[in-house]
Amino acid sequence: MKFEDLSTLRPDLAFIAHWVNKGAHVLDVGCGDGAMLRYLERGMGCTGYGVEIADDKVLESTRRGINVIQHDMEQGLDLFGDNAFDMVLCLSSLQMMQHVEARLRDIVRVGKEAIVSFPNFAYWPHRVSLLKGRMPLSRSLPYQWFDTPNVRYATIHDFKDLAEKCGLEVLEYVALAEGKPVSFLPNLRGSLAVFRLRKKDLVVA
Amino acid sequence: MGSLGTVSPQAMQFAEPLPLQSGASIGDYTLMYETYGTLNADRSNAVLICHALNASHHVAGHYAGDPRSAGWWDNMVGPGKPVDTDRFFVIGINNLGSCFGSTGPMHTNPATGKPYGAAFPVVTVEDWVAAQARLADRLGIERFAAVMGGSLGGMQALAWSIMFPDRLRHCIVIASTPKLSAQNIAFNDVARQAILTDPDYRGGDFYEHAVVPKNGLKVARMVGHITYLSNDDMAEKFGRKLRNAAEGNDYKFGFGIDFEIESYLRYQGDKFSEYFDANTYLLITKALDYFDPARAHGGSLDKALAGTRAQYLIASFTTDWRFSPERSREIVQSLLANRRKVTYAEIDAPHGHDAFLLEDARYMNIVRAYYERVWEECATGIAAVAAREAA
Repeated sequence: MKFEDLSTLRPDLAFIAHWVNKGAHVLDVGCGDGAMLRYLERGMGCTGYGVEIADDKVLESTRRGINVIQHDMEQGLDLFGDNAFDMVLCLSSLQMMQHVEARLRDIVRVGKEAIVSFPNFAYWPHRVSLLKGRMPLSRSLPYQWFDTPNVRYATIHDFKDLAEKCGLEVLEYVALAEGKPVSFLPNLRGSLAVFRLRKKDLVVA
Repeated sequence: MGSLGTVSPQAMQFAEPLPLQSGASIGDYTLMYETYGTLNADRSNAVLICHALNASHHVAGHYAGDPRSAGWWDNMVGPGKPVDTDRFFVIGINNLGSCFGSTGPMHTNPATGKPYGAAFPVVTVEDWVAAQARLADRLGIERFAAVMGGSLGGMQALAWSIMFPDRLRHCIVIASTPKLSAQNIAFNDVARQAILTDPDYRGGDFYEHAVVPKNGLKVARMVGHITYLSNDDMAEKFGRKLRNAAEGNDYKFGFGIDFEIESYLRYQGDKFSEYFDANTYLLITKALDYFDPARAHGGSLDKALAGTRAQYLIASFTTDWRFSPERSREIVQSLLANRRKVTYAEIDAPHGHDAFLLEDARYMNIVRAYYERVWEECATGIAAVAAREAA
């Protein structure tokens, strides 16, 4: 897949790919159909693995020719060694975890850097919904409250605090709207929050 | 999807003695094998299928005049099937010590002129792989596109990747384990004791007495069979259903057959004891027990796999308690530690260990998808050869 294809299909992935170094050893947690890892491998000389729980996604990833490990991230990342990866991606799946802090600590353990994305609950249409007394429904939060795989909701500010608590230094963060970065009032105007994180030299317990 | 139709086994003789892990060696032996599909010009499309405990070289298709003699992996191997014989040259091979044609305990020991019986040397997974490599040499196959097996066959595939890292591109290990647990060995020993204590076993030389330790084999198979099924599957198929429904559905208050499950297991055991050899059962269960590639590396599977070069597909089944997903994950974990290319599928199938032989769409699809990748590499090689020839 060419970058242009990735860009058309998944603008958020195309943006994120810019933050991955060429040739990096990557773990893509919740790799879905494997499009991102496939691009990183073919387009940027990266190596690595996807982690995915759903049968159909594992199959799609295998069809794409990426190496995927079928595993429930909720069970932790014990399969992987300390500092085994240059980069851990966790894109739009952390909000589905019961134990977000433990999972984030797993990411810190196995990777030197990480990119984490999640739907930004503070996105203005979400705020409007709440003001109207309703749970948000949007492209980034497309599920009814009673039927959603998302069990945790966060805003950019909230996540920043947790990342730092877990031993990650926030190198950069952006809010994306339709795959494009929003620089003005990101926590209000971005539907997807993306953090670029690096393990702190001294990990805070 | 088509079937392979009629297939026939072949025998290959080996005169040069094969040194065995035990220190013994075996000379003048025969290996039975079958092949399906066509070996391509650059010999890059060969797939070796290693068999599990009670199987053989007869992987797919059926024998002439016997349409019911389908191979044990006929759902996996054939034209248009996950291991597509329109693309791959597939070899099924029967291991040393078997009772299905390769030299085994019932064959004549050249040293004595009598059947080997108890004198047949103990063989290991590694010994089998060494023998298979000799057959590959004779067939002119330097490197397999894939070596594949389930259960004990998976151990052979794994051993291939350790012993001959450059002779396989892909290693496919299904429902297997890097070594048996104490519980696994315990079940195997109960099975062996059933055979060894059968009065008709005669110290392993029962052939000359024209008897067969049928009862021992039957009990061994019953124990084994229980471990191949999941509790849920057994509950669903048999539950506590009684056999004598017609006679008022009451207990018999005796030691005959009351429950359906008893009837089923005894039937399976009887059937098995009629075609399987007691000495072969002993040999194969010991080969299972002895397999432990980490042992030579101070117990480190990471180190055992350090020299491997293959790409791997590892698959397990959630209801398999004989070789549970945890055991497959041990292999995966060590491959990851060595940065090997590995795909791991954990298939939520209800059938326990036996699931690897059964039809399950999720399982078949993942194997098919993986073989697409194996084929892509073969096709690239074929294109390169064609380009070379055209130049």
